[in-house]
Amino acid sequence: MSQVRRKSTRWVIFVLLLCVAAFVIMPILVVLMNSFKSRFYISSEPFIFPNSETFIGMENYTSGIQKIKFFHSFFISLWITVASVVLIQLLTSMLAWYITRVKGTVTTLIYYLLVFSMIVPFQMVMFTMSKFANMLHLDNPVGIVVLYAGFGAGMATFMFAGFIKSIPLALEEAAMIDGATPVQTFFQVVMPMLKSMSVTIAILNTMWVWNDYLLPYLTIGTTYRTIPVAIQYLRGGYGSVDMGAMMAMLVLAMIPVIVFYLLGQKHIIKGVLAGAVKG
Amino acid sequence: MEKTLKKYFALFALPGLICFCIAFLIPMVWGLVLSFCEFTNITNATFVGLDNYIKAFTVDGYFIHSFWFTLLFTIVTVVSINVFAFILALFLTRDVPGTNTFRTIFFMPNLIGGIVLGWIWQVIINGVLAKYDATILSQTRYGFWGLVVLMNWQNVGYMMVIYVAALQNVSSDMLEAASIDGSGYFNTLFRITIPSVAPSITICLFMTLTNGFKLFDQNLALTAGAPNHTTEMLALNIFSTFYSRIGFEGVGQAKAVIFTLLVAAIAISQLFVTRSKEVES
Repeated sequence: MSQVRRKSTRWVIFVLLLCVAAFVIMPILVVLMNSFKSRFYISSEPFIFPNSETFIGMENYTSGIQKIKFFHSFFISLWITVASVVLIQLLTSMLAWYITRVKGTVTTLIYYLLVFSMIVPFQMVMFTMSKFANMLHLDNPVGIVVLYAGFGAGMATFMFAGFIKSIPLALEEAAMIDGATPVQTFFQVVMPMLKSMSVTIAILNTMWVWNDYLLPYLTIGTTYRTIPVAIQYLRGGYGSVDMGAMMAMLVLAMIPVIVFYLLGQKHIIKGVLAGAVKG
Repeated sequence: MEKTLKKYFALFALPGLICFCIAFLIPMVWGLVLSFCEFTNITNATFVGLDNYIKAFTVDGYFIHSFWFTLLFTIVTVVSINVFAFILALFLTRDVPGTNTFRTIFFMPNLIGGIVLGWIWQVIINGVLAKYDATILSQTRYGFWGLVVLMNWQNVGYMMVIYVAALQNVSSDMLEAASIDGSGYFNTLFRITIPSVAPSITICLFMTLTNGFKLFDQNLALTAGAPNHTTEMLALNIFSTFYSRIGFEGVGQAKAVIFTLLVAAIAISQLFVTRSKEVES
């Protein structure tokens, strides 16, 4: 009797989960479907399949790509994300090693300032930061990497430092006694041990930088548009939106994210979990 | 070792610190100072005392409205996201086929950026409302519930992953002992399972709380504050004070300081809650 009941609850749960999965995927499918429809039919009836009257093939894609120079944006986004993530990894792992291994008031102060920066919302610094970046000529695709390194330093250093504290000192000391310089010790002994933490931090930063809107909009948005900035730009000045091109560009914007997710799914979920528990 | 390493400050610590000062520390201090000044550019500031802070509340009702809107939104989303996420996590830790695939699907929306999400949901919600001859911009409550649905869609999978990990660590001995003693499903759930995952619940509550409070991208793309600023959340209100009204930069900066204090208060209370829990256990 209870066996039968358990089996039937199992199936009820399974069906419920299927419904939730459908709800999760549905919005993405609706956007995909509408990206092939003429823009006049999108706002009024988005849930109807394209038919001979509304289907326009790849027209939304070609016009959208032209309007926002999608591939240009794609490469800007790609460059900023890769360069920022690499720079954050390098600078913060060195900084974290230094402040955990050299004890003193200065390093303690640095540590608390970094932790403090994790709490402060972007709105607090957005105006002054973008003006300051402009003064220092950092308002270009190279300079923005420095800004990301600075704004991302808090969380990454905090996570690296927490990890380095758990590594025994003995290995580093042995290397130094054997005559290794601090540079050699760091790159040949410490860095290889940071590997798992590096993956976590790189994933969290990739998701942040790739999807970030305000920072690139305020600093380089007028000349170089990352994907989120380009998408929002489609809105135009007076609220008139070409919904056809919008649908097509949303699809193109989601493809890299979904590919990234399917390739690194295990690491991503693990990384996000670790980030949540630490942060 | 410490002595040798100490001399390498310029190599190991300085590059990161320079970036940190440029992007965060200097703009932060500068912003704090400017919140007491009137300016249109960071170089032409004149000291005006608390004027900006007073103006933030008195010049129009939008800031106070956005505070209540944000607060209500945050309460609704914190409760709904965590309830849904916990129920899904309970389902996924049972012996059901395809749990890994479900987990993969449920988590996915979390990776999509806020701007893209906002536009996706604008189409869906407008499509539903089209049957009633309305759009998401026609009434404040449409925008509010639209944001709630969007936020749930994005965050439930994330919190669920955290709950799944916690539930998998609940001691199976305890659960077995309970079932031998004849404890029913809900009794076990409330007396054993939920207390065992309490630390994760704290983490998730605070994460959803801060995410709700700081929401910006989704708000901008979904409603942009329309109609008439009534769906504007705090972060968006600060943004529009800065960039759509010339001469109000100081007021925007003052609002940003208030906003920072609110967010910091949440973060500090999280620290206290987690600390006191650690002492207990």
